[in-house]
Amino acid sequence: MKSALKVLMSAAICGHFWLVPVALAVIETYEFSSPDLEMRYHQLSQELRCPKCQNQNIADSNAPIARDLRVVLYEQLEQGATDDEILAYMVARYGEFVRYRPGVDRNTILLWAAPGLLLILGAAGLLLHFRQRPDGSASDLTEAEQAQIARLLGEPRD
Amino acid sequence: MQAKKFMPLVAFAVLAGLLFRGLSIDPTELPAARLGQPFPDFAQPELKSDRQITVAALVDRPALVNVWATWCYSCRVEHPYLLTLAEQGVPIYGLNYKDEPVKAREWLAQLGDPYQLNVVDVEGSVGMDLGVYGAPETYVLDASGHIAHRHVGVLDAAVFQRDFSRWFPAVASPAAAAGSEDGR
Repeated sequence: MKSALKVLMSAAICGHFWLVPVALAVIETYEFSSPDLEMRYHQLSQELRCPKCQNQNIADSNAPIARDLRVVLYEQLEQGATDDEILAYMVARYGEFVRYRPGVDRNTILLWAAPGLLLILGAAGLLLHFRQRPDGSASDLTEAEQAQIARLLGEPRD
Repeated sequence: MQAKKFMPLVAFAVLAGLLFRGLSIDPTELPAARLGQPFPDFAQPELKSDRQITVAALVDRPALVNVWATWCYSCRVEHPYLLTLAEQGVPIYGLNYKDEPVKAREWLAQLGDPYQLNVVDVEGSVGMDLGVYGAPETYVLDASGHIAHRHVGVLDAAVFQRDFSRWFPAVASPAAAAGSEDGR
């Protein structure tokens, strides 16, 4: 019983990020001429952001505009467009906003650089923190208090 | 030592500043990707006359292109103001977006028609080329047919004065417009 629960929980945790988009995705039927196209369709529809309901990708969204974008995506894939061409088509109409992985430009450079910058900032903070107490003995105690500690520590116990 | 004491306060101030700034940002407003570009070409029927028109039919002088549909509640809200603008001489073209032409014609017959003409876009293809993601949207088309401005949502007098009036100097303030009803 308990182990079954454990397995279920770990499956839920591991599978979470992969299962959820599939579970929520809008149900539609498209006939793809090849499994490869179908795979690219799923990939791209999860990477394109719905302009109307802004925190959903077009695969998950029920908004009319998301449906339209899925149709365009399907048609362009079947017509043999490359991923880059399809993304360029979308960006030309809806801006870099439409991509969850926007290209690097003036507006998105901060977004792209943020993880690195924060890491450097954190590392610098840590470094500074440890620099200030090289031997770990720095304290605000007066000399009298230090002497008292030494005396107390030095006292033999019964 | 002293500086360290104030670090939390500084951090709080920075965060508070950012959050306060965030209050006045509308996250639903997207930058218009088509700004500065020519209005996308199309070949669609016109709503009332049913004749085929292209983008050439829209390009002449600075004009508004209003994206609307009968299923769009906010379009009904802004409709009276469009009629007012049309009366004041602002040329308005309609893009009847993903609508049924029969219903759209009924709407115009009942509520009045502020449009010079209407592009019928049942499939939403012109809308997609334009980057429309909902209705109503209103675009400013300059005299050369380039997209100069986009407004998403209801267009009213306040928005027009703030964002649109520089392309339509003839429509000054509401008071001035009321005083000079002589020309178009």
